[in-house]
Amino acid sequence: MSEVAQHYPPGQHPDMPPPAGQRGVLLWLRTNLFSSWINTLMTIVAVYLLYKIVPPLLDWAVLDAVMNAANRDECRQLGSGACWAFINDRFSILVYGFYPAAERWRVDMSFILLCLALVPVLFDHVPFRKPGLIFSCVYPLIAGWLLLGGFGLQPVGTDEFGGMMLNTVVGVTGIAFSLPLGILLALGRQSHLPIVKSCSVCFIEFIRGVPLITLLFVASTMLNYFLPPGTTFDLLLRVLIMVTLFSSGYIAEVVRGGLQAIPKGQYEAADSMGLKYWQSMRLIVLPQALKISIPGIVNTFIGLFKDTTLVLIIGLLDVLGIGKSSLADAQWNGLSNEIYVSIALFFFIFCFGMSRYSIYLEKKLDKGYKR
Amino acid sequence: MGEVNAAESKTPVASAAGDDDLIEIIGMHKWYGDFHVLKDINLRVKRGERIVICGPSGSGKSTMIRCINRLEEHQKGQIIVDGIELTNDLKQIDAIRREVGMVFQHFNLFPHLTVLDNCTLGPIWVRQTPKAEAEATAMEYLSKVKIPEQAHKYPGQLSGGQQQRVAIARSLCMNPRIMLFDEPTSALDPEMIKEVLDTMVSLAETGMTMLCVTHEMGFARTVADRVIFMDGGEIIEENEPEEFFGNPQHDRTKLFLSQILGH
Ligand SMILES: Nc1ncnc2c1ncn2[C@@H]1O[C@H](COP(=O)(O)OP(=O)(O)OP(=O)(O)O)[C@@H](O)[C@H]1O
Ligand SMILES: [Mg+2]
Repeated sequence: MSEVAQHYPPGQHPDMPPPAGQRGVLLWLRTNLFSSWINTLMTIVAVYLLYKIVPPLLDWAVLDAVMNAANRDECRQLGSGACWAFINDRFSILVYGFYPAAERWRVDMSFILLCLALVPVLFDHVPFRKPGLIFSCVYPLIAGWLLLGGFGLQPVGTDEFGGMMLNTVVGVTGIAFSLPLGILLALGRQSHLPIVKSCSVCFIEFIRGVPLITLLFVASTMLNYFLPPGTTFDLLLRVLIMVTLFSSGYIAEVVRGGLQAIPKGQYEAADSMGLKYWQSMRLIVLPQALKISIPGIVNTFIGLFKDTTLVLIIGLLDVLGIGKSSLADAQWNGLSNEIYVSIALFFFIFCFGMSRYSIYLEKKLDKGYKR
Repeated sequence: MGEVNAAESKTPVASAAGDDDLIEIIGMHKWYGDFHVLKDINLRVKRGERIVICGPSGSGKSTMIRCINRLEEHQKGQIIVDGIELTNDLKQIDAIRREVGMVFQHFNLFPHLTVLDNCTLGPIWVRQTPKAEAEATAMEYLSKVKIPEQAHKYPGQLSGGQQQRVAIARSLCMNPRIMLFDEPTSALDPEMIKEVLDTMVSLAETGMTMLCVTHEMGFARTVADRVIFMDGGEIIEENEPEEFFGNPQHDRTKLFLSQILGH
């Protein structure tokens, strides 16, 4: 074509589209799927595996699945796929545990409020952010009131908590309190004050050296030896404290890694301006250190959330515990796939959400730094 | 020049040489472990004086000016800044740091804040200036260092010379009485050195008290009231620029000058 050969006077050259084959779907396919023979081979193998796995899975989970049935045998007659009727039947106990049926709206309510409270914390360009943050700060009190009752609501004991609600309570509490505690521990470990420093180091090393299960056992049994006789100390509360302490030890180490990546010059610039210690931490050092630590922090949170299933061992019935005991029901015998797939899905949704959020946050914070 | 006494440091020390001295360093020593890095430093800086400090690498220049705002601690002798003696008293340290601006070799801008936020941070949090006022002042100083249009960019998006000028503006926003410069141009490419030096020359013309560690001898000639030569942790020679460059007294000064001006 003449267009290609044409010459323009200097400074007059128009913007042109790239030549054909250098853009669009074909280019994408060529560079991403068929760029070399190894790549081509892997593409073919991957397509074959997808073909082998996806349709049967779809059949099992959706097409041949049974949503409504009275028991297992009826399920089997209606379809060869998954018996979601079982989950349907057990749904409320999987979600709410033994929370009194008439009071379950309180659990729903606190979950909805939790989502509302998270919005101003997680995103910074939302309307009413300032009042929203105040709400987020008082949310733990509201949630505690809603879930436990008292002050006009019928009291519900923590031994009636269970199912996904129990996992969420333990996970969210652990996450919310272990982050600030972990940051304080990390700062303590860097401190020039010898007592603060050695206390932080001892605590972190102890936590990291002991399995969570051990701590939970300590929470459920041994604490009674240390407490004065006759004190009652709610089991769930002990678990919450142990889980929070446990993950704060890990958060502290992750944050310390971030702190160490901050050049000395940043501290010196902050000092030479006359900023006080807490000011320079809050305004200069932590924003940068936490940004670097995001992947590690979220990793710890995801681990913590999944570890909430360990409360099963000290006799609290979380979603996994309730799922397991449902399997013993004679009417629904042997439907473990359905139960475990559902529980896996529950955890996956939360953990995947956290993971995506951390990626969003990293991207957002990255903008300023890069050229 | 005895040990620093906490009781006498509470009251501002009246200097013998009159109120004109902004900085007084009397018989100051410093050690890093066993290494005697600063030896018997005596220095008086008058209000509005511009001092250039030079000397071979490792001679203790940085350490000396970093002692003035307590980024480094001295172990013996006295440092009195604007009538306040530097001791372990955090209040006095903060009071001095508010009055002393510092510009570093590697700029040390805060990468997570915009240029404007870098400049307003100190005034807002240390001087409790209202935000709008702090921003107006910051824009004024950014104009003085000739980069007002970069105010909303991040430091990582600027050239080295621009970053150093932001660093200078950031220090000036605190309205300091003294400015310390620690080799402000030695991390810069040659074509950027001039823009930073020009900024420093115009700052000198405003009558700012300046202590500047630099190897830019042209700058020293035009701007300095006094040039100080350090070697091995001691002040070897101290003179007006013309005398210093034209008629150096000490052998080590001659050697240093021949090396630095020789090529
Ligand atoms: N934190 C430290 N610990 C131990 N020794 C140090 C420390 N900082 C500096 N020194 C030593 O003190 C001496 C003086 O260092 P200083 O940085 O003041 O030199 P300088 O004159 O600024 O040199 P340059 O021109 O290279 O910047 C050097 O020998 C250096 O190795
Ligand atoms: Mg130096």
